[in-house]
Amino acid sequence: MAELLSVRGLRVDFATDRGPAQVLDGINLDIAPGEVVGLVGESGCGKTTLARAILGILPQGAARLRGGEVRFRGTDLLTQDPAVVNEQVRGRAITFIPQDPFTSFSPLFPIGAQIMDLMKWKSPRARGQARPAALFGRYPRARRRADREAVLEILRAVQIPEPARALRRLPHEFSGGQRQRLMIAMALLPEPDLVIADEPTTALDVTIQAQILRLLRELVKARGVSVLFTTHDLGTAHELCDRIVVMYAGQEMEAAPTDAFFGRPAHPYTRRLLDSVPGPDGLIRDIPGEVPSLVAPPPGCRFHPRCDHATAECRVERPAPRALTDGHEVRCHHPVDSPAGGSG
Amino acid sequence: MRLLALALRRLLWFVPTLLGLLVITFVISRVVPADPVALVAGETATPAQIEALRRDLGFDRPLPVQFVDYIARLARGDMGVSLFTRRPILDDLLQRLPATIELTVAAMVVSILIGIPLGVLSALWRNSAFDHALRILTVSGLAIAGFWLGIMLQLLFSMRLGWTPLNGRLPGYPPTHITGLYLVDAALTWDWATFGVALRHLALPAATLAFPALATLVRFTRAGVLDVMQSNFVLYERAMGLPRPLIVWKYILRSALTSTVTQIGLLLGILLAGAVVTEAVFDWPGIGTYAVSSIVLSDYNAIMGFTVWAGAIFIVVNLLVDLAQTLVDPRERAT
Amino acid sequence: MSTVWFVLTRLARDRSALIGLALIALLVLAAVAAPLLATHPDDVFELHPSERLRAPSSTHWLGTDRMGSDVYSRLLFGARITILIGLIAVGASLIIGVPIGLVAGYYHGWVSDALMRVSDIFLAVPQVVLAIAIAQTLGPSLPNVILALSVTYWPWFARVVYAETRAVQKEAFIESTAALGASPWRLTVLHVLPNIASPIIVRSSIGMGFTILTAAALGFLGLGPPPPTPEWGRTIAESREFLPDAWWYAAAPGLAIFLTVMGFNLLGDGLRDVLDPRLRRSPARDG
Repeated sequence: MAELLSVRGLRVDFATDRGPAQVLDGINLDIAPGEVVGLVGESGCGKTTLARAILGILPQGAARLRGGEVRFRGTDLLTQDPAVVNEQVRGRAITFIPQDPFTSFSPLFPIGAQIMDLMKWKSPRARGQARPAALFGRYPRARRRADREAVLEILRAVQIPEPARALRRLPHEFSGGQRQRLMIAMALLPEPDLVIADEPTTALDVTIQAQILRLLRELVKARGVSVLFTTHDLGTAHELCDRIVVMYAGQEMEAAPTDAFFGRPAHPYTRRLLDSVPGPDGLIRDIPGEVPSLVAPPPGCRFHPRCDHATAECRVERPAPRALTDGHEVRCHHPVDSPAGGSG
Repeated sequence: MRLLALALRRLLWFVPTLLGLLVITFVISRVVPADPVALVAGETATPAQIEALRRDLGFDRPLPVQFVDYIARLARGDMGVSLFTRRPILDDLLQRLPATIELTVAAMVVSILIGIPLGVLSALWRNSAFDHALRILTVSGLAIAGFWLGIMLQLLFSMRLGWTPLNGRLPGYPPTHITGLYLVDAALTWDWATFGVALRHLALPAATLAFPALATLVRFTRAGVLDVMQSNFVLYERAMGLPRPLIVWKYILRSALTSTVTQIGLLLGILLAGAVVTEAVFDWPGIGTYAVSSIVLSDYNAIMGFTVWAGAIFIVVNLLVDLAQTLVDPRERAT
Repeated sequence: MSTVWFVLTRLARDRSALIGLALIALLVLAAVAAPLLATHPDDVFELHPSERLRAPSSTHWLGTDRMGSDVYSRLLFGARITILIGLIAVGASLIIGVPIGLVAGYYHGWVSDALMRVSDIFLAVPQVVLAIAIAQTLGPSLPNVILALSVTYWPWFARVVYAETRAVQKEAFIESTAALGASPWRLTVLHVLPNIASPIIVRSSIGMGFTILTAAALGFLGLGPPPPTPEWGRTIAESREFLPDAWWYAAAPGLAIFLTVMGFNLLGDGLRDVLDPRLRRSPARDG
């Protein structure tokens, strides 16, 4: 199975007042072509950091890459020439949908100008052409027209009314939902292989969240585009994703197709997580204990202090990925076999 | 349409402010402990002569009446007559205004053209040797006494090296009068010889005046750019692999500049304040030297005239800057 | 008290702020110990025309001026003038400006508008220009310079305090406690005062720098204390006709001004860096 994206052993540290925080501790992650993968976890588990590390836009001063590889279509992005990655991968093969549509556009330029700037550099019709100079490079008229047509078409696809007039408007003239649709449009215009969406609906009203997500899924499935979709909401993950990866304190715990994830969770943390979603009886079943500090994290499996099944092994060595069934991997020394409902 | 409403609103603020300034200057001018009339009349004047002069100058009427008269005359454009030269102050000021404008504009252009790019680079290369060197320069720029800088530059470039003339604006005949700005006039009339001479005379005064303005501009631009660099839209543009020069010089700079425009008002304050002493140092025939010579001669009317003028100009320019800011930031237009 | 300690330790880590502090300490030392540090302490008043305009030497470290007086010694005594002007002018501006700002911020009627309008007028014109008008009118002397500077600098303090008072008022708890019967005036003042401490401190330091520069400019223009007072700005003006030969005569006082103002600016910047983000406790307030 040729993976589109293959992350192995990714380690990232963040500098803090109290010393380096080990935000990502050897992450493994696979994304197949055309697959929608949900990256699930509590706040602070590192999912945004992972997304940014794959894109290569970690904050330059504070974050330090400690090791690992990010193989995209076979090539390790971390060892490639950064200029090449910036030009050919970012905004081309891998695009981004940010969390906050309210502040992700420059407030001073009409959205048409911003989208066309993107097209000037990242249009699929520009592949293989000579690089124009950044500020004053020419934008060939024929291509510009073709690009504009593509822009209008996709604006219609994301249901922006009157696309031609919309292009002349400033970002603040659009609602949050509309701006996120614009973001989706911009993510798809370069005809990418992978879209990384970082909690794309967190900043929006609950009522339109589902709408936006369904639209996104429709569009990517139609185009065969893969998506890495981070979220802390299990419900949305369930609805949209083909596979789900759950993270805890900088370590990925389990990766499984959606049905298996919700039906037969193997990792104790996953089980606890699923249990903690309030059921019809209204009881809240918290996971006892607290999320560990990443500056002095627990050795081995980082969930062991809060895990009922922890043994000495768990405290010392981080479990290697173990394949259970088709596409279902878990990193645990004592994965649970029985179906969900028995927390044994 | 909204712009007009905004302009009117700002204008409404302008009038009472100007009035307030006039009150203040008037109060100052009449709070003189020594009798200005006696001073003007001279030591040999008899009391009778002093009284006659007092009536002549209108200083014998009650203060509020004097004030109203003052305002009325100002409205007509009459700023009074210099106590010494006996020429209308307004004429004196107008005659000298182009020189000050040329100096101030030159300084402003220099500080903007050099200051903004330096500020951007300083932010991009944060904490580099370049940034630190620039930091030293900008801190110095605000700590150096303008007049002292001018004198030191004179010492080095005029006296020791002989590269620039010592003072003055132009020896000999000025170019054909179109705007009153020698550089512009010389260029327009293709008189490049005069242009060169005028430029050499302008060089040191403009550099002296520009220095603190440059320092301020670099600082503000740097802070603005650093601030904008944290924005989410910059993160987005980086994530989408837009070329760095595009992100910096189009998007970041534009956002940083909206806050810089407000600084232009501050800049003008610095330039105007500096113009007075700079003109004094370089014998630049503008309204600054007029103020200085009036100080030396104790010409109260002239000083007040200068103060009102400088204040009015400053207020007007701030008004324009406010309007410009609404143009620059399209969000303001919508509110 | 722990806040003070926190501020001091953070400040100690800022190298440029420490340099600023060192420069200020130097100024204070020069001023206070002038009679001890000066090589020719009597030269403030005495003239030695036979020794005029000598270059720097072992007896006269910074040379002599047009009256034959030792430049270095006069410089030290000039430091006293500088500190005096700075402290009193800034102090007076503070004393005038803070209450005005408090009153203007607390009340909402025409009183408040009028006060702020007046302060705007003073801010509308560059300080130098007004100071010149005032100093010229009153005559060149030390008290008049200080007066001119105080009268033109107070709006900066008033503005800062006004903004802070208004911000505190907006916070909901003021209204609710007022409804409970507590005196809103007392509450406002009680909550405003700790919060204005930091901007006032920052502005005072920066204000010292500005004031000293303006005072020197006034001195240069002849509006400062008359001779034989060794005011730095005036000394520079005196030196002009003897350039380029007696360069030390002009360079020394200018350098003194530069180092002094630099000291206050660096300290002010350092204080701003430490105090501003630290004391911004309430997220509801805009910075």
